Amino acid sequence: MMSPAVLLLLGWMLIPLGMTLYFSLLRYNLLSPGEESFTGLQNYKWFLTDPSFMESIYNTLFLVGGVLIITVIGGTLLALLLDQPIFGQGIVRVLVIAPFFVMPTVSALIWKNMFMNPVSGLFAQLFNFLGLQPFDFFGQAPLASIMAIVSWQWLPFATLILLTSLQSLDGEQQEAAEMDGAGALRRFFYLTAPHLARAVTVVILIQTIFLLSIFAEIQVTTNGGPGIASTNLTYLVYVQSLLQYDVGGGSAGGVIAIILANIVAIFLMWMIGKNLDA
Amino acid sequence: MARAISPRRKVLLSALAWTIGFLIFFPILWTFLTSFKTEEEAITSPPSFLFFDWTMSAYEAVQRRSDYFKHFMNSVVISFGSTLLGLAIAIPAAWAMAFVPGKQTKNILMWMLSTKMLPPVGVLIPIYLLFRDTGLLDTRTGLVIVLTLINLPIIVWMLYTYFREIPGEILEASRMDGASLMNEVVYVLTPMALPGIASTMLLNVILAWNEAFWTLNLTAAKAAPLTQFIASFSSPEGLFYAKLSAASTMAIAPIIILGWFSQKQLVRGMTFGAVK
Repeated sequence: MMSPAVLLLLGWMLIPLGMTLYFSLLRYNLLSPGEESFTGLQNYKWFLTDPSFMESIYNTLFLVGGVLIITVIGGTLLALLLDQPIFGQGIVRVLVIAPFFVMPTVSALIWKNMFMNPVSGLFAQLFNFLGLQPFDFFGQAPLASIMAIVSWQWLPFATLILLTSLQSLDGEQQEAAEMDGAGALRRFFYLTAPHLARAVTVVILIQTIFLLSIFAEIQVTTNGGPGIASTNLTYLVYVQSLLQYDVGGGSAGGVIAIILANIVAIFLMWMIGKNLDA
Repeated sequence: MARAISPRRKVLLSALAWTIGFLIFFPILWTFLTSFKTEEEAITSPPSFLFFDWTMSAYEAVQRRSDYFKHFMNSVVISFGSTLLGLAIAIPAAWAMAFVPGKQTKNILMWMLSTKMLPPVGVLIPIYLLFRDTGLLDTRTGLVIVLTLINLPIIVWMLYTYFREIPGEILEASRMDGASLMNEVVYVLTPMALPGIASTMLLNVILAWNEAFWTLNLTAAKAAPLTQFIASFSSPEGLFYAKLSAASTMAIAPIIILGWFSQKQLVRGMTFGAVK
């Protein structure tokens, strides 16, 4: 009964991955099919020494790191706030959670055109109102702008996970500590934070896996530009393979991306495995 | 806490929470409001918030671009299609893993989860070439296949956790009362499993609807879902704010509403159980 699922996933893993590996060892350009030749590790050497590769790695790290910092810190603060007794907690939750369910292409366009546009966007109008020069978000800081958009999309996820974890905190322990004279800050550092640390780790690992593959937001706003200023590794491989038709080089890039993702995945699998035993 | 919270503190915290919630939700709200404006109204400065002439002209303009409905149907077919196909494959698998666990079950489950962590760009080229050569490029069938495969781990995982919560004793008791396997599955198991299956279906439809990487790369005109349709607004039509807002609202509204009902499922499905 398990076999269809297992076989399908096995096939899904082995066949395309095998093909990618195979292609990465060829000199294969889609514009001249039938002229493939075996070049060994040449593609890898070329890809790794290409300056755009290092730039895309920096951009990837900047994107992932930036979003992680904003969502984890913001998510923790928001989760702590939402865990307090407040009126209409359900409604605030619903408001905070909504961005996660918006299609990435829609959120990218809404932010780019209706908010960050330097002529008619809301931010431009706000800056003008305050007597400042409007800031050309995508012209001056394309990568940071994309990072802001993606953070807005993922903040709800982090908040929800951390809030769920907070709500499983032992209330009696907190009370006992309070009765023993521990102030709010102390209680946070000694009781809340260790409990949250686990959920934070999970959030970081899962988000990293998805953030490494940011694609739609880049394509719809900047197409990786200007130049390669907002190209991450995923986008670089895409450009290489589907726009420049260099299957060989693109495949090598794909393999590298897989290796990077696997490093994170190993940690995540270890954490999940620990929990499965529980 | 046993100690009473001062009402003043509660009010202050509530005000803070509501403000932040409003700010986070604002872009969505603004899109919704702008969709009811005329194009001139949409770019007036200073911008109008609630008091303007509400009109449906933007929606009409988007509908007149006859492809909207086609893209919408594509999204529907692709998300529901891949979800149903995924469920068909995953239910037997999860059933086996939850009720008849073997020694390797846990390892197989973990391996399945790990396939979800594969960066899609690593298999973009082979899938693209395979689809091109088999005529699956720009077809709904092709997309359904891909989306089923990438979401299968989550579906199996979620069903597994829901099935595990069904007490095995009830199934045993029904067996002792003489129920056949068929009866057991239909009359005892299914009613208890239905909520779990429904929750899994809900989350998966949402994830498939919003999927952007494969839908943007494997479709062009015929099978393009809403993700692709909105992407075509990136320029220059994106500067028609009212039209962009109308198209966006229509694309995201159903999913946001569905999402509001699926918060618990989201935590369960997306953290793979590492957070309880």
